[in-house]
Amino acid sequence: MVSLVSFFFLIAPVVCTCYYHVTFNPIEIEPFSFTENTTFGYGELLMSMTTILQHCLTGISLGGAYALIAIGYTLVYGILRLINFAHGDIFMMAGYFMIFALASFPWPVAIIITLVVTTVMGIGIEKFAYKPLRNAPRMSIMISAIGVSYLLQNLSTYIFTAIPRGYPELPYLKRIFRIGELSASFVTILTPILTIILVIILMILVNKTKTGMAMRAVSKDFETAKLMGINIDRIVSVTFAIGSLLAGVGSILYFTDRMSVTPFSGTLPGLKCFVAAVFGGIGNIPGAVVGGFFIGIVETLLIALGYSTFSDAFTFLLLIIMLLIKPTGLFGEKNVEKV
Amino acid sequence: MNSKRNTLLTTISFVLAIVFLYWLSANRLQHGMLVSVLQKGVIFALVAVSMNLLNGFTGLFSLGQAGFMSIGAYTTAILIIPVKSLDGVYYMNGVHPFIRAMKMLIADSPAFIQSVFPFIALLLGGLLAAGIAAIVGVAVLRLKSDYLAIATLGLSEIVRAIFSSPNFDQITNGSYGLNKIPNFPEMAWGLIPSLLTPFIVVGVCIAFILLLINSSYGRAFKAIREDEIAAEAMGINLFKHKSMSFVVSSFFSAIAGGLLAMYMRSIEAKTFSIPLTYDILLIVVIGGIGSVSGSIISAFLVTAAKEWWLRFFDQPLFFGDWQVPLFRTGFRMVIFSILLMVVVLVYRKGLMGSNEFSWDRLLGRFKRTGKSEGGRA
Repeated sequence: MVSLVSFFFLIAPVVCTCYYHVTFNPIEIEPFSFTENTTFGYGELLMSMTTILQHCLTGISLGGAYALIAIGYTLVYGILRLINFAHGDIFMMAGYFMIFALASFPWPVAIIITLVVTTVMGIGIEKFAYKPLRNAPRMSIMISAIGVSYLLQNLSTYIFTAIPRGYPELPYLKRIFRIGELSASFVTILTPILTIILVIILMILVNKTKTGMAMRAVSKDFETAKLMGINIDRIVSVTFAIGSLLAGVGSILYFTDRMSVTPFSGTLPGLKCFVAAVFGGIGNIPGAVVGGFFIGIVETLLIALGYSTFSDAFTFLLLIIMLLIKPTGLFGEKNVEKV
Repeated sequence: MNSKRNTLLTTISFVLAIVFLYWLSANRLQHGMLVSVLQKGVIFALVAVSMNLLNGFTGLFSLGQAGFMSIGAYTTAILIIPVKSLDGVYYMNGVHPFIRAMKMLIADSPAFIQSVFPFIALLLGGLLAAGIAAIVGVAVLRLKSDYLAIATLGLSEIVRAIFSSPNFDQITNGSYGLNKIPNFPEMAWGLIPSLLTPFIVVGVCIAFILLLINSSYGRAFKAIREDEIAAEAMGINLFKHKSMSFVVSSFFSAIAGGLLAMYMRSIEAKTFSIPLTYDILLIVVIGGIGSVSGSIISAFLVTAAKEWWLRFFDQPLFFGDWQVPLFRTGFRMVIFSILLMVVVLVYRKGLMGSNEFSWDRLLGRFKRTGKSEGGRA
């Protein structure tokens, strides 16, 4: 039944395509595109203070979006011990949902629709692809996650074609502010603030409510939590719902700055955010946030210095180094392996 | 008696396959699609078997295959691009003087060396990948299941970033990629036509992997897959065997990558991105994790279905005036991903499970169906 519902939500965009043809916006240059700074050349560190601050601001904004996605990874991994490879693609689908929702509704309604559809899709994917494999070996669940990611990518290539689709601009988010010599669009400032607020709400949810307590119990010990009468399926669904909701918020913030969505634009951010989650200590929410901000800032600075081809590679290098030095991450608890 | 019959059957099918390939080589123009599907299938069979060695037999979930393939492909391509096409290939940034000098040296070498040079190039690509795997393995193989998967996936992305970076323009031609790569070479002074070369190379490689799996090393791999702690307690050196499996797997992935470069004639770093690894994983999963013959069969099936049989999904289809809905570009891949999900969720064992192909089983299946039909009548 639920998989039927989720299937409906996967098909819903097709219907939208038929009804609302979104005109393709030509890609405009962002107010603070990185290309302007390539004149600094390789490794030249003669940037003025303003430029550095400007890049930090962009980095913090990118990091905020990364942090929101990383939370989804960290929550799911904490509870199911599963790298949800499809999370990056949920994030990408949220981008498409927003495009289609905004074509026919005013922006507040469109945002709500996007978030609701994304959340339902996240829960649907869990019911459809992960729940039947709850007792299977971990490798099977991981392959299933990769399969879902493959399915979502191919499905969106089929439905929306591989041509980048322009992301609609919300005039409120794009308004430009000037603070001294720095200038930033509203979304750049909003992203980190919204991230922090959402994380605080999430922390309250996890630490103070009954559901949160159940989530912590399940992540500590799956079997025992079951024996204590916790409804595992419900907790897993809640986890996926929270993760997908945050990915939806992250997607709106991320794509407003990036201007266009393609079926593959979720893969790399997804993997990077997983790295962010590992960096901060997987299963740890503040850790994921710190990791997200760190990766966002370093990536932006690397691009500013002219090493843009290596900015993706850096993330994975960071992962490998981190796993070798401190496999539990910055704030992770020490996990004793059970025989 | 059975074993005698099986040997006979194997020999007959082997001879038939070779005769068929010679026939195909003579009539390659009429059967262009079949030739390209078979060649691509056999190359993917080698990658799938090498991935299966790691994932299915040693229990190390690695997703770095595309990275090692790209190392093999780039090494082979750089080595075998003929010296007269160099300026055409590196038209943007010029070629590194060292590469040009090396190519001049090869062009002046005796004919025999030139005729075996493509194979030396394949081997060098494999050795380079194996060396990198050995070094990286020291770090990466300490990680457990899903961490290992994401670290190897990251590794292949790092390799891709290096190949496409402008800093190595004069060697890898950056984001322009390499083209004008010669096709498969002939073997044994033209006795074996170039069409058969990939089959022979892959056959030798898979035979080696099979020997490895059936040796005491292979049994150690399986022990590690079943239970690492028990295997260690039995005196198996975990790191040694894991890194051996990783190195061997990377070596053969790189050889397959080199063959793929010869098959495609032009490569770029984008060819070896994450979806390629997923494609190979799909082949391994459909064939059955832990079955070499399953991987080979499914490599041919998946390649043929993808490139040939299911092409019609991507074209609009008409019955009279009525156009069948859903049929347009990209639908084929959707069908494929749904197929993968069905295999993962329902037929978790894939085609062969962890069994190997055997004549007894095949004939037994025929007999059983025959019997049941007889019973019904």
